Amino acid sequence: MAGARNKGNPGVMGWIDDRFPLTAMWDDHLAKYYAPKNFNFWYFFGSLAMLVLVNQLLTGIWLTMSYNPTAEGAFASVEYIMRDIDYGWLLRYMHSTGASAFFAVVYLHMFRGVLYGSYRKPRELIWLFGMAIYLALMAEAFMGYLLPWGQMSYWGAQVIVSLFSAIPVIGPDLAEWIRGDYVISGVTLNRFFSLHVVALPIVLLALVVLHIIALHEVGSNNPDGIEIKDKKDENGIPLDGIPFHPYYSVKDIVGVVVFLFVFCLIIFFFPEMGGYFIEKPNFEPANPLKTPPHIAPVWYFTPFYAMLRAIPPILGSQFPGVVVMGGAIAILFVLPWLDRSPVKSMRYKGWISKVWLAIFAVSFVVLGYLGVVASTPERTVVAQICTGLYFAYFFLMPFYTRMESTKPVPERVTG
Amino acid sequence: MKKFFIAIIMVLVPMVASASTGGVHLDSMDADHTNQESLQRGMKTFVNRCMGCHSANYQRFDRAANDIGLPVDLMAENLIFGEQKSGEQMTIAMPQDDAAKWFGTPPPDLTLETRLRGEDWIYTYLRSFYTDSARPWGVNNVVFPDVGMPNVLEGLQGVQKQTCSAEELAHQGGESKIDPLTGLQIGTGCLTISEKGSQSVEEFDKTIYDLVNFMSYMGNPVKMESQAIGYKVLIFLAIFFVFAYALKKEYWRDVH
Repeated sequence: MAGARNKGNPGVMGWIDDRFPLTAMWDDHLAKYYAPKNFNFWYFFGSLAMLVLVNQLLTGIWLTMSYNPTAEGAFASVEYIMRDIDYGWLLRYMHSTGASAFFAVVYLHMFRGVLYGSYRKPRELIWLFGMAIYLALMAEAFMGYLLPWGQMSYWGAQVIVSLFSAIPVIGPDLAEWIRGDYVISGVTLNRFFSLHVVALPIVLLALVVLHIIALHEVGSNNPDGIEIKDKKDENGIPLDGIPFHPYYSVKDIVGVVVFLFVFCLIIFFFPEMGGYFIEKPNFEPANPLKTPPHIAPVWYFTPFYAMLRAIPPILGSQFPGVVVMGGAIAILFVLPWLDRSPVKSMRYKGWISKVWLAIFAVSFVVLGYLGVVASTPERTVVAQICTGLYFAYFFLMPFYTRMESTKPVPERVTG
Repeated sequence: MKKFFIAIIMVLVPMVASASTGGVHLDSMDADHTNQESLQRGMKTFVNRCMGCHSANYQRFDRAANDIGLPVDLMAENLIFGEQKSGEQMTIAMPQDDAAKWFGTPPPDLTLETRLRGEDWIYTYLRSFYTDSARPWGVNNVVFPDVGMPNVLEGLQGVQKQTCSAEELAHQGGESKIDPLTGLQIGTGCLTISEKGSQSVEEFDKTIYDLVNFMSYMGNPVKMESQAIGYKVLIFLAIFFVFAYALKKEYWRDVH
């Protein structure tokens, strides 16, 4: 793609360009990457996810410098960072708040994709890479949560890892293999630390690169769900496209400032976020002999946790719940092939699609809430209904997207 | 659809209402990390009356002294009873294994106790011991039933009796009040002072407030610094927003 472009120019850039396609890369991905001009509020979250990723990597590097990944020393080393390292508390709160912020922006980013059909042809691979990022992110967050070695770190990990032991035949051995021990122990902490700070960040970065290369190959979707590349001017530039840089770089700065305002408000004033970002039991060191009365995962996992609890065990096995929980994530992967609508964007889909999207969103939020609180028989019924609706949204999609009448799609993007 | 939403609302509303309390009513207190006199009195109480059994393993003596406005040498002279130097953590000499034998469970480290349980819980707990001859130390606690801790502050507070049935106890609560006739405490559940201690009810409440205030400081010693930086950061971002927005407007003028 770079080919012989920008060769033989004078100066330092010319010297580099003769040896490395720097100008070509700058052009391909920023200065001459033409994005639709009608991006709205929902399109901030991609670049914000990148910002949070960088925040996590940088603060993570500095936290690792003072963290002690042993069962004996982990909890105390976190307090050492909080108290004895200059601005260690700031690094730690940026990292812990960043984890929640990552999921917040990623969920909004994914919802944008669902709203405007950004997963549809030719963007299926972008969606799949994105889903892989989401999976890696969940693994990264789960393993990172063990590291402070507080009570909820320990028992949360105990509960999640024991889910694997519900798998028939190989389950118990698999769970033991993951833990490296019969229970969560210092061995588990060491391997989770290794995966959290080395393996998964590499995987995440690689997937983000793939996500963006695939995006820049086919071009961005937009709120109208139409292809701007279908209408080009005499120079081959999309009529409705504008260069990402400077237009969207300056626009994203505005989004970044607003995001940072909320982010810093939490970091400096409400770092625990009422126990949702840092759970209260985590201020007590892990104690394998004392189970907390109420074990709840961090908020970003609670929708799936609520599903797990909603499914009754069969023959004493939690396996059906594990299958449903896994299925709830797995079904997102095939979304591009479930949507059979002739149009991409929710703007031009029929009312049935809109109602189902609303039901899906409400169910997800309600499940998220139910996963936070202790379960009661009534709440379990609500969780079961919401789980059913969550899956119905996907299973019925091939039918309602085909049978409903859609609105005509405009030739060019609208406001 | 409508029924579904109604069902959700009906289930969620009571959950919100009952989410905050764990059954027993807690008296509320607002910690104030800027009230240095209160923090100093709290540290004195903590070191004298808590650190016989409880450590604060993550808190350094001199850091506390500096943060709450005590000269370090004065603090070291009066508040360090062990072998520690002023730069060391507030550890105790009691072996954990022995403590477990004496109390059933080792007394927990208190550095982060306010962040674990909240200020209100500790403020109410320390004022809610009552005589119960069935317990090994002769006292029980409304907030933490069958707790392994003796009422070490009885000398200050006096002997407290619990006058209601268990059922009444569960339903009653409210701020602690003073009986105008006897001058004794009523409230905090159904507790009344039957033998006066060296402090009046108001004095004792203040002692506990100061103590919990200090513990609140220990749990989050950077709170004031964090907020001070936070205001500056937010003001900077608010100003930066104006320029960022103006820059965006300027660039986008030619996009139609």
